Amino acid sequence: MSLTMNRNDVLLLIGFTIVVFAAPFIFTPIGAGYPDLLQKFAIFGIFALGFNILFGLTGYLSFGHAAFLGVGSYTAVWSFKLLSMNPLPAIFFAILLGGLFSAVIGYISLRRSGIYFSILTLAFAQMCYNLAYSVLTPITNGETGLQLDQSDPRILDTAAGIDYGAALPVSNFFGIDMNSTVETTLFGQTLQFNSGYYFCAVLLILCFFISMRIFRSPFGLMLRAVKSNQNRMSYTGLNTKPYALAAFIISGMYAGLAGGLMAVTDPLAGAERMQWTASGEVVLMTILGGAGTLLGPVIGAGVIKYFENIFSSFNEGILMQAYSFLPETLQHALVSISSLFVGEGWHLTLGALFMLIVIFLPGGLMEGFRRIRTGISRLMGGGKSGKASDRASAAAE
Amino acid sequence: MDEILLQILNGLDKGGAYALIALGLTIIFGTLGVVNFAHGALFMLGAFCAVAVKAFLGMEKVTLDPTQTTAWGTPMEIRQPYMEAWFGEFGRLVVDFSVPFSVLVAVPVMLIVGIAMERGLIRFFYKRPHADQILVTFGLAIVLQEIIKSFFGANPIPQPAPEAAQGMIDFGIALGFDAGNVVYPAWRLIYFLFSLAVIGGVFAFLQLTTFGMVVRAGMADRETVGLLGIDIDRRFTVVFGIAAVVAGLAGAMYTPILSPDYHMGMDFLVLSFVVVVVGGMGSLPGAVLAGFLLGILQSFASMNEVKDIFPGIDQIIIYLIAVVILLVRPRGLLGRKGVMEH
Amino acid sequence: MSILSVKNVNKNFGGLKALNNVNLTVDAGTVHAIIGPNGAGKSTLLNCFIGRLEPDTGTVTFDGTSLLGIEPHEINQIGVSRVFQTPEIFGELSLVDNVMIPAFAKRDGIFTLNAWRQIKTETAIRDKAMVMLEDVGLAAKAGDIAGQLSRGDKRRLELAMCLVQDPKLLLLDEPTAGMARADTNNTIDLMKTIAQRGVTMVVIEHDMHVVFSLADKISVLAQGTVIVEDMPENIKGNPKVQEAYLGGAHL
Repeated sequence: MSLTMNRNDVLLLIGFTIVVFAAPFIFTPIGAGYPDLLQKFAIFGIFALGFNILFGLTGYLSFGHAAFLGVGSYTAVWSFKLLSMNPLPAIFFAILLGGLFSAVIGYISLRRSGIYFSILTLAFAQMCYNLAYSVLTPITNGETGLQLDQSDPRILDTAAGIDYGAALPVSNFFGIDMNSTVETTLFGQTLQFNSGYYFCAVLLILCFFISMRIFRSPFGLMLRAVKSNQNRMSYTGLNTKPYALAAFIISGMYAGLAGGLMAVTDPLAGAERMQWTASGEVVLMTILGGAGTLLGPVIGAGVIKYFENIFSSFNEGILMQAYSFLPETLQHALVSISSLFVGEGWHLTLGALFMLIVIFLPGGLMEGFRRIRTGISRLMGGGKSGKASDRASAAAE
Repeated sequence: MDEILLQILNGLDKGGAYALIALGLTIIFGTLGVVNFAHGALFMLGAFCAVAVKAFLGMEKVTLDPTQTTAWGTPMEIRQPYMEAWFGEFGRLVVDFSVPFSVLVAVPVMLIVGIAMERGLIRFFYKRPHADQILVTFGLAIVLQEIIKSFFGANPIPQPAPEAAQGMIDFGIALGFDAGNVVYPAWRLIYFLFSLAVIGGVFAFLQLTTFGMVVRAGMADRETVGLLGIDIDRRFTVVFGIAAVVAGLAGAMYTPILSPDYHMGMDFLVLSFVVVVVGGMGSLPGAVLAGFLLGILQSFASMNEVKDIFPGIDQIIIYLIAVVILLVRPRGLLGRKGVMEH
Repeated sequence: MSILSVKNVNKNFGGLKALNNVNLTVDAGTVHAIIGPNGAGKSTLLNCFIGRLEPDTGTVTFDGTSLLGIEPHEINQIGVSRVFQTPEIFGELSLVDNVMIPAFAKRDGIFTLNAWRQIKTETAIRDKAMVMLEDVGLAAKAGDIAGQLSRGDKRRLELAMCLVQDPKLLLLDEPTAGMARADTNNTIDLMKTIAQRGVTMVVIEHDMHVVFSLADKISVLAQGTVIVEDMPENIKGNPKVQEAYLGGAHL
């Protein structure tokens, strides 16, 4: 395998794996080490990785990927209800249905390009959302959301003689409960190792690896060609449509998997996951990190989920404390301004961030890192070394 | 027959709102080449103009009447809008007519909002890819709706129509049906007529003025108009302002039909985009036609008789039509070849 | 033996007759130039060969296959490549990627889901692309981003992208337009080398120096019609041609 991969890629993959597995060590000091948030990092990382294969490589901006996330969640919960509490069939069917839905929606939406495509995907996602709330209530359980029930058949579990007793069953990977957490204390920090997170983590690394393979494959090159010049592509003997559709389906399968994992870590599914805001969020994650870069979307997903968590937990009391060193009138003024952006107002921050990134840093954080790196190396050792590291970093992306 | 007539009438007001938003979207897209995902937010801002006007006009003077006491033994509060206290019967009338009155406020407010938006943000995106335009206006839409939410709260705020327009009109009698069969709220009819008036105004402006001629020429061939040496920039600003006003008016007058809340803009935006696509991108008559058509179809789909046969059809009819149209007639109903193909 | 034959082709653009009963035969292994004043319909004609335009009536046959009604990518797959007047390249990609894409297209067809293969292992394709870049004199810039090239370099890159596919028929739309003399001469030499390999070429050109140093046969197009089709040496003195060019100032 190392023969077919660049040395930089191998290093990147190893580094990525280490960071993902050591996440509780790394994120606990910044207050993000608890299982619920780490799971979100991994799940939305997968979602954004997949979205990036479509948007980052082919340039097709879908505004409807939340639909596939929702489909994945519903499918996984149904798999728990009907088949088994084992997450393997759940995510298998989540990926499968994510792929099927994206094949249908992608086939129709890709008949048009540019903004038509964006509008079509948005319309389809809204359609799924509306249906999930209304007619499909027998499948989706409407506003309440789809939940597990003690009396679910769970055919495979029953056949295997697994009995969950009177309690509501917990998703488990051949006996390992997905909500079980081992705690240890290290340097005064309580570290939580959650099996659900590690289940997601393994899949995140796998998804990252697949994404890397796609980026470095002839197929990936064709996807970039779709973004660059479709005219030239067709006069070069390539049919652009199946390439775009394949990228759409792959990203839909990633979204299905992410939705399935949401249900694995917390076995319920609601229609709000399909709303346009959720579609917008994954777009933001991707562009924040850097569309078209390998690592960017994962970083974007992590940053957004981290700040969402921090900002939403703030309230006026905390803000008052934070500004307590200021004179009272200033303190009150600042608190009333800041409180617009925190707690319930997190979405305002999200929207503003969206605009700022698009206006000032269209290449996302990865582009920012690259600029900083070239800036530093130019400061350190003149033009030549700067150019060399520039090229190296471009290769690493 | 009377049932069909009723459904057509029911679709007209919604259709009017779709048509007005779609009209603005089309003008902006046609002339400026910008996809404005914040256009629904402009509709929502217009609606909140009405809310603000009512809140302002309805400000109440509270006096304590020591001669009366409440059940808790405290003096009774007498509440009376200042307008009424100061201007008497005329003041009462003004408060009652707050929604139509808000239109007068919405025009300058939305014009300023539109111009500020174009000068402050949109103009930097003329040369950027469509994806960037979509993303930045999408972000702006979120910001606008969250600001509104932080001022007015998350709950819908009902806006009553003027008392005189709260009643029902019995169309059936006029058309020879039995009384009570085709009853239609007066305000909806007013909204329909209002939307027709605004649409007519926009078309007259585009057809009859030199300015409108340049705009139309710009929609047909943007590059050439730019080459003619016409000061496109200033005109773009005005065009955006006008589109914002149209969306705002549509929103302000719609408040008695649908109590405004902060996310109403996005719901309407998605549907209006579909309207634009169905009508044919870049075609103004197409936008109007498709707006009313889809409004009426939607109200037909909400009939119980139809829902019994196709459950849930009312939720998805518009999207289904959009899909069918795009498959059989990719340019939309009245779209022309070569206009806004990319 | 003819490889491309155009029979009675007509094309109207809303009343304007762009092509009026055009007949043309290109023999295999020759360089066929199409010349004519501006607006004579040269580019329109070329567009009919690659599926960008569909003639109203008439037939276009390449190597026994009709080119009408099939998709541009299918036309390319049966061996027709085109260099455009304004270079159509992948501006965001590196030069070597630009040339590898058509090489993959030639090997793998219109669509292949080779998402697991790695470009790094595709040494044959990369070598082939590098040879082509060498041929057009761009090997030193192989890693650069194509969009930043000069116009002349972009044109050469596009030529390499076409040549890497070993086309049976190469269509060139003013390959030397806007080039300096030295560049033009390099391009002529390059095209002569290509011609020696046996690639059939159809060249639209304004520069008569280019035309007469390359062409085996010349068709003169005026007002949408082929007025003369003959050997270069017979074209120069032809009164019809001189008339078409308003007194033959160009000749």
